[in-house]
Amino acid sequence: MSAHRELGLTDSEYELIVEKMGREPNVVELAMFSLLWSEHCAYKHSKKLLGKLPSDGPRVVMGPGENAGAVDLGSGYAVAFKVESHNHPSAVEPFQGAATGVGGILRDVFAIGARPIAVLDSLRFGELDSVRSRHLLDGAVRGIGHYGNSIGVPNVGGEIYFEEPYEHNCLVNAMCIGFAKTEDMVRAAAAGVGNAVVLMGATTGRDGIGGASVLASAELGEGDDAKRPTVQVGDPFEESKVLECCLELLEKGLLVSLQDLGAAGLTSSAGEMASAGEVGIDIEVAKVPLREADMEPFEIMVSESQERMLAVVEPSRVEEVRAICAKWQTESAEIGVVTDSGHIRILKDGEVVGDMPVEALVDGCPLYDLAPAAPAAWIYGNKETLSPSADSASTLVALLAAPSIASKKWIFQQYDSIVGSRTVRRPESADAAVLQLPESGNAIAVSIDGNGRKVACEPFNGTVEAVLECAQNLACVGAEPLGLTNCLNFGNPEKPVPAWQLDRAISGLAAACEELGVPVVGGNVSLYNEGPDGPIYPTPVVAMVGELPDPAQTAPSSFANEGDAIGLLGPFTPTMHGSEIAKQRGELEMGLPDPNVAAVADACATVREAVRAGKVASAHDVSDGGLACALAESSIGAGIGCRADLQDLRERGCTPDEALFGEGPGGFVLSGDRTELEALGALIIGEVGGTTIELAAGDRSLVIGLTDATEAWRSLDAKAESDAEPPADA
Amino acid sequence: MIWGVLQFPGSCDERDALNACEVVGDEARLIWHEERDLSGVDGVVVPGGFSYGDYLRAGAIARFSPAMEAVAELAAAGGPVLGICNGFQVLCEAGLLPGALLRNQELRFICRQADLLDDEGNVLSIPLKHGEGRFYAPEEMLDRLEAGGQVAYRYADGHNVNGSSRNIAGVRNEAGNVVGLMPHPEHAVDPLTGSIDGRKVFEALEKYA
Repeated sequence: MSAHRELGLTDSEYELIVEKMGREPNVVELAMFSLLWSEHCAYKHSKKLLGKLPSDGPRVVMGPGENAGAVDLGSGYAVAFKVESHNHPSAVEPFQGAATGVGGILRDVFAIGARPIAVLDSLRFGELDSVRSRHLLDGAVRGIGHYGNSIGVPNVGGEIYFEEPYEHNCLVNAMCIGFAKTEDMVRAAAAGVGNAVVLMGATTGRDGIGGASVLASAELGEGDDAKRPTVQVGDPFEESKVLECCLELLEKGLLVSLQDLGAAGLTSSAGEMASAGEVGIDIEVAKVPLREADMEPFEIMVSESQERMLAVVEPSRVEEVRAICAKWQTESAEIGVVTDSGHIRILKDGEVVGDMPVEALVDGCPLYDLAPAAPAAWIYGNKETLSPSADSASTLVALLAAPSIASKKWIFQQYDSIVGSRTVRRPESADAAVLQLPESGNAIAVSIDGNGRKVACEPFNGTVEAVLECAQNLACVGAEPLGLTNCLNFGNPEKPVPAWQLDRAISGLAAACEELGVPVVGGNVSLYNEGPDGPIYPTPVVAMVGELPDPAQTAPSSFANEGDAIGLLGPFTPTMHGSEIAKQRGELEMGLPDPNVAAVADACATVREAVRAGKVASAHDVSDGGLACALAESSIGAGIGCRADLQDLRERGCTPDEALFGEGPGGFVLSGDRTELEALGALIIGEVGGTTIELAAGDRSLVIGLTDATEAWRSLDAKAESDAEPPADA
Repeated sequence: MIWGVLQFPGSCDERDALNACEVVGDEARLIWHEERDLSGVDGVVVPGGFSYGDYLRAGAIARFSPAMEAVAELAAAGGPVLGICNGFQVLCEAGLLPGALLRNQELRFICRQADLLDDEGNVLSIPLKHGEGRFYAPEEMLDRLEAGGQVAYRYADGHNVNGSSRNIAGVRNEAGNVVGLMPHPEHAVDPLTGSIDGRKVFEALEKYA
């Protein structure tokens, strides 16, 4: 009774498997159960909570349970999107971990028949003064670039934070956007007894064995170097061929269904296809093209070799399918058949070596209730790096230079952001990425956000704020939200505090989406993100896709003209809670004010309509580092200074410090014609112009040169590059 | 004129190139790398990407494709051939253009807008994106290229981000009908996505059709 423990199953789970099988599972079956009953595949600690999320809406084409969610764009087109984590592989081997994270999310999207048109990523590392963090950052960035650049999908945006709690457990969440003719999209359910099961793409090797259970569903700790063989190795060239091959097969209507092979390899793809279609599948492992001879049946079934797809094909179409695979110079093999048995059967040279009811294997894992308990106080520690008595000018410089706020040019310049000719707004030129879609005659905007520090302060409100930040970013480019997806990165759910964080965060996500009327069309959960010092910041990463009618009508985030008025719009009442300045002053504590979702939604609508009507010259949401940083960023991007007086925020109860550097949802910095801004209801706070940034708020005021501000904001390059290893890849 | 845009396994920018040919008022169609017959096509674009995964060396495998044999014949007959990024690397590997492309000086992939200068001193704003874009040739060959008017495009001061010899961004063959450059003119044909200066690069070759 110890083999199952090594594979991550508890004694009671093992007993349940024996009960459902009516006998002890053999080695093949145990390996398969251990993967599909892992946290990563079964969502056993989160599934009950995820049911709270609203997933219906008039524009939803595909919702949770498919390889990716999708929403309708009109004119017969849809946009598909999904975010997925590759945290633990990246912590163990950042280059391949991040590269295969991109590869995996691309496959999820083309598996439903959508052509990937953009990638974004959300990354978290420890503080940049740590050698380990710089190593992980460098590896992850090179890995993401290597895969995305090579496959011709632009990387159009993302976000990154550097915080101590991610030191041992970095987060690498990758998002893919796909574009499809709605009629060409395909679901993952196997159907048609007697239909062939065809494996396409790369050969199957011994890489990534046990990735989902050993690596993704347990805490990191000592000896993780030994887990490197569980990390998969990516080949973007193979993926590029498989991608084009699958899209051609779908366009020609040759596939009944299609599924990618991700975590748990053939086991999960065959199991999930059979479960969704309520059928059985027989797989002959001797027919699987192998990278090395003598692989055991269980190894073939659990291998996580990348760049593989599984399709269900009518028997009369198999030859045609294989011919198209040959054209794209990629492997294909008929490895199985759809049956009416309701069982997954594994055969080797005709002899049955595993036989499990699909229901038990895929849907039989017990779901657990959490035992949440709020922490008595702030558990993540505090470290003062900026004196609370520092003057306002040096405080602003310190905030602009904070790696989480500073320009990420060093990173995004390593990614191809333009291939595909859709990128209307390149990284850091607007609050959200904007992609034109000439085929459907409109455009989409995408934003991905999640501030773990704020969620740690109060998981419900912090998650609501992440959703609002996405909505505000979309509003700044004139887009209206269509749908949302998420990746929930949390600690060990079997411990009370991470359980409480997860429970409250999902409730906050549900409440915010409900109130905004934005459906959650998919998601991913990554638990057990802990290091020796405890859990990571609870990090729900949310990504929102919005529609805009005219890609020519978007606003930049930088000011545009000397002499324009600057307006502050929205229910913005900044506080120090969970802010970057509270972090730097070592003053983090529990608590985050309740956001007014309805009022923020109204402000978003106002900004959206103003941008679409061309009434503003720039739009930027107030985020990390508060109003002072938002104003400075709009000035730096434009190369034009600004003057603003924030005294009026005193009427909202803010101290001068809070007015300058405090944070909170609901604030927009707009620039343009004064009368237009006033007509929108914006508070006029200043004017664009000059070569300095001059800010006043009661008894605090500051003047800094635009050059000094720019230098601080551009300081990430030197910090990230200092001792990064020379890249070994192309 | 009608352009053929080559498509290898691993090509990335072939659809962008097709679109650019149409934007400048020409016709264009994709040419699969196994096609040996280019009849009906007046000129060829060898597009960007990672043909054959750039395995062995960028462009080293693609140059042996049947379509490249046909491109060599078209080039010899004086037809226009434009190699962009990976396409430039392929043309150099095939011996249709002089020089070679090496790893960027900073050893990282780089994607950004750059200013180029053409023969007539026009400044063209065109994006570049590559990891192996440092143009290299021996000194005497560089002298010969400059003397023979074979330098087609140079990076403006401050824009040579890959460390190319003598700021060279693109070269042409002796006859002038084969041009290769690392920056991506096909990504500079639409004001919404950046600039329209790339159109000039396509238009400059139309006279060879």
